[in-house]
Amino acid sequence: MGTAPASRDVTSYGMGLAAPLALFFLLFFVAPLLQLFWLSLHNDTAGLHWGLGQYLHFLTDPFSLSVLGSTLLLGAEVTAVCLVLGFPIAWLYQRVGPKLQTVIILIVLLPLLTSVVVRTFAWIVILGRQGIINATLQSLGIIDTPLKLLYTQFGVVIALAQVQMPLMTLPLITALGRIDPNLDDASCSLGAGSWRTFFRVVLPLSLPGVIAGCTLTYAAAITAFITQSLVGGGQMLFMPMYLYQQASTLQNWPFASAISIIFLLAVLAVVSVFTTLGRLSRGYGGA
Amino acid sequence: MAEAQGGRSLVVDAVTHRYPSGALAVENINLDIKGGEIIALLGPSGCGKTTLLRIIAGFIAQTQGRIIIGDDIVDALPPNRRAVGIVFQNYALFPHLSISENVGYGLAARGVDKATRQREAQRLLELVQLPTMAERLPRQLSGGQQQRVALARALAIKPSILLLDEPFAALDKNLRLDMQIEVKRLQRVSGITTLIVTHDQEEALSMADRVAVLSHGKLEQFGSPSDVYDRPQTLFVNTFVGSTNRMPGIVVSADRTAAKVRLDAGAEIIARPAAGALTEGGRVTVCIRPEHLQFVGDETGFAGVVGMSLPLGATVVHEVTTADGSGVKISQARIGETRALESGAAVRLAPLAPSLANAFPATL
Repeated sequence: MGTAPASRDVTSYGMGLAAPLALFFLLFFVAPLLQLFWLSLHNDTAGLHWGLGQYLHFLTDPFSLSVLGSTLLLGAEVTAVCLVLGFPIAWLYQRVGPKLQTVIILIVLLPLLTSVVVRTFAWIVILGRQGIINATLQSLGIIDTPLKLLYTQFGVVIALAQVQMPLMTLPLITALGRIDPNLDDASCSLGAGSWRTFFRVVLPLSLPGVIAGCTLTYAAAITAFITQSLVGGGQMLFMPMYLYQQASTLQNWPFASAISIIFLLAVLAVVSVFTTLGRLSRGYGGA
Repeated sequence: MAEAQGGRSLVVDAVTHRYPSGALAVENINLDIKGGEIIALLGPSGCGKTTLLRIIAGFIAQTQGRIIIGDDIVDALPPNRRAVGIVFQNYALFPHLSISENVGYGLAARGVDKATRQREAQRLLELVQLPTMAERLPRQLSGGQQQRVALARALAIKPSILLLDEPFAALDKNLRLDMQIEVKRLQRVSGITTLIVTHDQEEALSMADRVAVLSHGKLEQFGSPSDVYDRPQTLFVNTFVGSTNRMPGIVVSADRTAAKVRLDAGAEIIARPAAGALTEGGRVTVCIRPEHLQFVGDETGFAGVVGMSLPLGATVVHEVTTADGSGVKISQARIGETRALESGAAVRLAPLAPSLANAFPATL
């Protein structure tokens, strides 16, 4: 980054130490990616005719575009839910005693300690027609017929939000912990109420954490194949499943490759927007 | 909102605060502070001075007692409605806001428009002698400059009371003196009632009109710097403020104004009963400051042997071991060619005047 070129200080290590990992990535990540890209540049499934036909097909096909759109929207919704629910938890974490902090961190980390498949099936049990929510509401007489929660956008967003919550909460806890608690008091003593203090001091200073959390949550949410497929069911189609169908079921590898590349670029675009925001906010919260 | 209040009075009325654990943080503190005064809350760390400051600011709700600013009992008011300006020990400037925005923050919270805010911030930055720093960020400023900004920010809301929490602790010695003069100047200009929390007795004595000495949550003495230094009311005040020699002894005879004490070191001296009447035959601790001792040529005073002499510039401090084995320090002004004292020389020491030796009932 900012290190002066050609200055070799004693703490700099040779690039050679990074070579094994670099080689690994080259072999198992960069090479397949290039192959994928090469494959996507063919117009027929046999891979005989070169062309941009697959990309054209995707970009002119309303169905494909709607899948891409709903996937990106899903990511946005999950990220928003995680941010809105995760921020108060992170905020609370910084204001309770060490015992409660342990409890909170355990609750936050719990989703990471169980298998994603188990967690997802738990949500199916909770959200299903005869699930916990419907059974409770019916027994209380609040509803007559079961609500449709499973296989809906709502269900997918809720399940994904729970699964991805730690990715949002942990960076937020770190960011909020770096804010000098005196700033709260200073703001208050200068006449600011809680909301002004939050929006003018706490939120701006926690932006690096917000952006890190959003990037992680977003990237994880839109690529969460298992949760999307199981909770979304057959009616809801998102990019990972679309890709899977094209590749596995229809054996249309060039189109599947094109979908991958487009999806990759879309994710990169969104992530780079977050990183740019992050860079702009780097002026904040400096040590 | 509160308008410019030159100097509102501050009354701390029988304030007691208990931590949730039940431990006493401050106990029955009474302070009657006149408008425009500078008061120092002096005490060692953990004496409750910062707790008291936070109670006055409204960050802590005291268990008992009242805080009265001007004519208003402010106990029910949250910190953001007390119009109390605070300068924090680490300054607590908002790192993401420019200096100008920092100073104008309190005005923004009061709904003052941007142009007025900037004008007012500029005026205050000129007052603290930083007129060219408005657009910088706090981290681009030195410690002393940050403190000036913190002062300007606190003054911007035209507070009725200004609270300074260990304001000079993070500054190096020279800068500290500059800032102490600066704060005193600003206080004179604005006339704001000011409370300085400090553990530095020199700071308290030099800056404050009156000093409140706290120890273990209790108010030991509240008086002018010369009262606190020359007429300490408790043994703690006598030993915490300035340096002193503690000499044990027995009261031979006593009335209200003077007591004859036989020191364990082997002399009878006249001392001032500093904490009320003393009983004959009772054990006392007599405090004599090093600069209030003199060498005597005759048989008055107590005998000792010189151990070490430390030339400290304007004064020379001699360490003398007395007959009972305790060490006593005596400080002499360096006038001309001061008589050099050999280590091991036998000397006799006596207080300069009876009023300069303070006798306290021994607590042992």
